[in-house]
Amino acid sequence: MRWTELVVFVLLFGAVTVLGFVAAKWKAGGTLDHLDEWGLGGRKFGSWVTWFLIGGDVYTAYTFVAVPALMFSAGAAGYFALPYTVIVYPLVFMPLLRIWSVSRARGYVTPADFVRGRYGSSVLALLIALTGIVATMPYIALQLVGLEAVLRTLGLNGSGIVGHLPLLIAFVILAGYTYQSGLRAPALIAFVKDILVYLVIIVAVVYLPIKLGGWSTIFGAADAKFRATPAPGDGLLLNANNQLQYATLALGSALALFLYPHSLTGVLASRGRNVIKRNMSALPAYSFMLGMLALLGFVAIAAKTTPLVNQATGNPDTNTIIPNLFAQQFPAWFAGIAFAAIGIGALVPAAIMSIAAANLWTRNVYKEYLRKRATPAEEARQAKLASLVVKFGAVAFVLFIDPQFSIDLQLIGTVMILQTLPAVAIALYTRWFHIWGLVAGWVVGMGWGMVMLYNIPSPDGKRAHFGTSALKLGELSLFGWHPFAGSPAQIYVGFLALVANLLVAVVVTVIARRLRVFNGLDETTVADYHVDEGAKELRPVAAH
Amino acid sequence: MTRPAPPSIRWTNWNLLLLIPLFMLVTPIFNRSGPALFGIPFFYWFQLAGVASGVLATSIVYVKTRTAPTATPPGPEPDVDTLDEGAVR
Repeated sequence: MRWTELVVFVLLFGAVTVLGFVAAKWKAGGTLDHLDEWGLGGRKFGSWVTWFLIGGDVYTAYTFVAVPALMFSAGAAGYFALPYTVIVYPLVFMPLLRIWSVSRARGYVTPADFVRGRYGSSVLALLIALTGIVATMPYIALQLVGLEAVLRTLGLNGSGIVGHLPLLIAFVILAGYTYQSGLRAPALIAFVKDILVYLVIIVAVVYLPIKLGGWSTIFGAADAKFRATPAPGDGLLLNANNQLQYATLALGSALALFLYPHSLTGVLASRGRNVIKRNMSALPAYSFMLGMLALLGFVAIAAKTTPLVNQATGNPDTNTIIPNLFAQQFPAWFAGIAFAAIGIGALVPAAIMSIAAANLWTRNVYKEYLRKRATPAEEARQAKLASLVVKFGAVAFVLFIDPQFSIDLQLIGTVMILQTLPAVAIALYTRWFHIWGLVAGWVVGMGWGMVMLYNIPSPDGKRAHFGTSALKLGELSLFGWHPFAGSPAQIYVGFLALVANLLVAVVVTVIARRLRVFNGLDETTVADYHVDEGAKELRPVAAH
Repeated sequence: MTRPAPPSIRWTNWNLLLLIPLFMLVTPIFNRSGPALFGIPFFYWFQLAGVASGVLATSIVYVKTRTAPTATPPGPEPDVDTLDEGAVR
């Protein structure tokens, strides 16, 4: 047991808990019994709050442990996280403004709300909502994996159910203040989280290289490690086979990021279009930090850090590399701060994700199918309960199922959420696609994506299915035809599935239009996509 | 390709700047180890420096579209928007 670290961790965790409960009164509106308030914090966050909120939401604890862990084991291929988080903001700059405006004008809380309004189709909206919920659940579970990596490094590495107890306690607390304060809780806590994270990473990337003999020594050690392993895919540079994978994975992940309901929640909670525009320029500060953090994977190689063996599963857990590096290299009190940064870093996204999933459930399943006349207060009550269910579902995932399963599911989740791009992002610009074209494209993209992922073994050959999201082009099969037979180059599965999705959507749209099939009613107007804060005719927030 | 933009999309050519950061997907540009900077291989420091391209692209588009009437909802006086946009922090 590492007592100093544990005490620092518990103190910071306690401070954040108080903040979480107090947050209910922060910038409070007239009532918390409305999804605009509970689920979107009153739609009035300014530039700073939004920066901390989206930053805290997108750059999760899992990112902080998993990206360096990937660099540690694979090298350059793990660095895709940097181009991914650089290109994402210019790419989503314009679409985000449109979805913010139309959501503000029409009172939409979720992406599925928008699809419902744009196409008047509850079937299509249900598909989008379910995709969002299913893709978000394992992501919440992954935050727990990140949190648990820290708790186990702290010495709370028991076996069986007792080993999971600290995690359970942390999550009960989280569930409590999310239930009470809604989105305001993670928004306020994000300040603490991000300041701690910046502090820890800046210290780490300055102090550790000096201590270990400079960056050239560190890269030298990493190079030596990768040369010594038999695996062909690792190394300090990309090779001929994984460059296409690197680029398509970065692009696919960038396109997927703001289709995730929790990312969009942070955007919709902002006050106006200029808040979003400023953040598109300010959020890359986190990307730069992530790029530096990733290099800590190599620092861990140079420092000869080894992963901890998870007592619950009996396997070495590479996700413990970064916590272990901190424990080994930092004085105890600072390691405690670092652990708290990662631990609190898990709470913020977990809270926002559970709120986003609860919003989807409430707006697009409960109100749409179960209780059409639900009042705003009933919606808020339902969403609060749903957020509890979602969180404990995620805990159950970690308790009763191998954490590897959450990682597999998250791999699947990004491929899944990418399939909502035509119905959500393209629909912001044009209604050319037909409802049934979008549904057919979704079915094909989803189905084919899952089949491809299922058939990919892990690079080390230990697992036969869901090994990675990189498909060898030579194994690409179109009804038995192999267009790139023999090619060892790899490509991101989600990208292929999205291309198939779009092709099918176009073909079915053309047919449906020929046959003059009814294409739903659009309740949005051209002006809706351009409204901004301060407009006189805007609907009031948290009124019906 | 300079047809008048349809009314539902308000286009300015400044928006094309947003495509520039996509160069970061062209791996042959930076998939090399030299020249190193502070002992960091080219592959890594080049991509770290690439963060600036994203910041520049979005900042320029923000500044250039700020004065344009991005929002013309029916009703409000134009000075309401100007006031809000002036409140830069």
